[in-house]
Amino acid sequence: MTELLDRSVDEDLELMLTIRAFERKLLELYGQGLLNGTTHTCLGQEYVPVALEALLLADDYVFSNHRGHGHYLARFGDLEGLLAEIMGRQGAVCGGVGGSQHIKRGRYLSTGVQGESLPVAAGVALHLKRTEPGRLACVYIGDGTLGEGAVYEALNIAALWRLPLLVIVENNGIAQTTPAGIHLAGSVAGRAAAFGIAYQRVDTVDVAAIRDRLAMPVAAVRTGSPLVVEFVTHRLGPHSKGDDTRPPEVLRAVEDWQAAVDPAQSERLERRARARVEQVVAEVIMRGPA
Amino acid sequence: MRVAENLNAALHSLLAARPDLYVLGEDILDPYGGAFKITKGLSSRFPDRVLTTPISENAITGVAAGLALAGDEAIVEMMFGDFIALAFDQLVNFASKSVTMYGSRLPLRMVVRCPVGGGRGYGPTHSQSPQKHFIGIPNLALYEVSPFRDNLEVFAEMLGRGEPCILFEGKVLYTRQMHAVPEPFTVRLDDGVATVFVEKNPDFVLIAPGGMAYQALEAMQTLLMEDDLLGTLIVPSRLYPFEVDVPDVPYLFVVEESTAGGTWGAEVALGLNQERWGRLAQPVTVIHSQDSIIPAAVHLEDQVLANEAAIRRVIKETLRG
Repeated sequence: MTELLDRSVDEDLELMLTIRAFERKLLELYGQGLLNGTTHTCLGQEYVPVALEALLLADDYVFSNHRGHGHYLARFGDLEGLLAEIMGRQGAVCGGVGGSQHIKRGRYLSTGVQGESLPVAAGVALHLKRTEPGRLACVYIGDGTLGEGAVYEALNIAALWRLPLLVIVENNGIAQTTPAGIHLAGSVAGRAAAFGIAYQRVDTVDVAAIRDRLAMPVAAVRTGSPLVVEFVTHRLGPHSKGDDTRPPEVLRAVEDWQAAVDPAQSERLERRARARVEQVVAEVIMRGPA
Repeated sequence: MRVAENLNAALHSLLAARPDLYVLGEDILDPYGGAFKITKGLSSRFPDRVLTTPISENAITGVAAGLALAGDEAIVEMMFGDFIALAFDQLVNFASKSVTMYGSRLPLRMVVRCPVGGGRGYGPTHSQSPQKHFIGIPNLALYEVSPFRDNLEVFAEMLGRGEPCILFEGKVLYTRQMHAVPEPFTVRLDDGVATVFVEKNPDFVLIAPGGMAYQALEAMQTLLMEDDLLGTLIVPSRLYPFEVDVPDVPYLFVVEESTAGGTWGAEVALGLNQERWGRLAQPVTVIHSQDSIIPAAVHLEDQVLANEAAIRRVIKETLRG
């Protein structure tokens, strides 16, 4: 675990900025009418999967959701495959069939229906517990997902059967356009406690600190102690394309992890990230249909 | 051997032969062994793979899909088939979709077992035939227990498909003997499809799955004795996709217990009408239950459900006017 924790700060930051540049580019391409369908960007939440990936093993399962580009890129760094998938071009990870929110690559899988992946991840965790002890199933959900009954059915089962299930709640305080204040009663901690499931709250954007905090609890998941981690985070952009209903003054006040980065370092890495994304777009856009 | 015992024996054999197979369901632990005793004895023999679950039909179907995703096999028991409505999302939006939505075929070996049908006075939410809600979903195959086909073979076929399957089990069949047909009929099995017949050209052909097979058979017996009308009965094992070699006769009937509207029978009839238009004396007739919920009281339930008398009446009216 130690060498994972020692990943260079530059490396993490560059990955976060690459995800950000990728998402911004997608919104731009939509604006130009170059993409089909819809997309859900993770602007503001890029550090979550980047922090977590260092705690996950290649043989762990990862379940993502509709807002999954960051999860995928943090795991595989594969901008070309993801963009080709979103654009339906050759080299698409899933042949262009799944698109933005239905991607499978090895033990990584995303689906587009809220809460649906939790029971599935519990099933995978049951398999791992019996045949590959030490591996876990990690599921990313959002605060909006907590409205789904499937979440609680799965948490109940995970606790009862002591499954190696890691649930990451990216609580960005808004479900599409509906603020948590009118869609979420109680708390995430209270939900975990109701099932006797361990809980961690992460309210920092410091990647190294997050890893320090979560290393032990995640290790415990591997021995059959399910865990809910709540990231208090912020969605900088719209839910999908241009549907942000928050007033400009509210949006301006949304906290951005990038604001805490040293400006010179940020600028240097961001320039590289953007250049890489531009290069990938220029190349993928020329490809034939998948 | 009764149908329930045949199903139970099939599950015992499967768990013994397939080390990666799980059976999940509510109240399936011994000594209870499931509401209809189909899972009796399994948890004692295979305690780590026969798991009794909370009352969470949605989640346990998802757990089965997760096991299948990781390469295992899973069979889920719905206590009553009506409850599969709670698992609709997992079956329609996850398990069946996942077989092809990730761009290359992802085999998922899982079966959801559903005791279905009325005739036992369980009332509106415990007596339905939900087959019609699952027709036409890519990579979701539908099977129905036939009293003429060994269920070990049915399970092996379903798991071999590498896509989610639903097995509907007519509750009224559980206590019936396997393979029993009355005189003068004999039964033949081709690729799992049973044909119950007399060696003579039939006046009509009936297609009737599962629990309706015996109602159809009784109607055929009476029609032969009282009206000199000879029928052949086809009992399919797989309902969807429906690929059954139906004899070429002018009068075809599809019988099902489903209540009216958007039914499996209508789907089968549409296919046969398109294929045989011009060779049929009249469009394929679908005989189903009334457009109604299924009442609990026996006299009210009788008025709603398709039964032997209704089958006989429709066939006689159709052929004799």
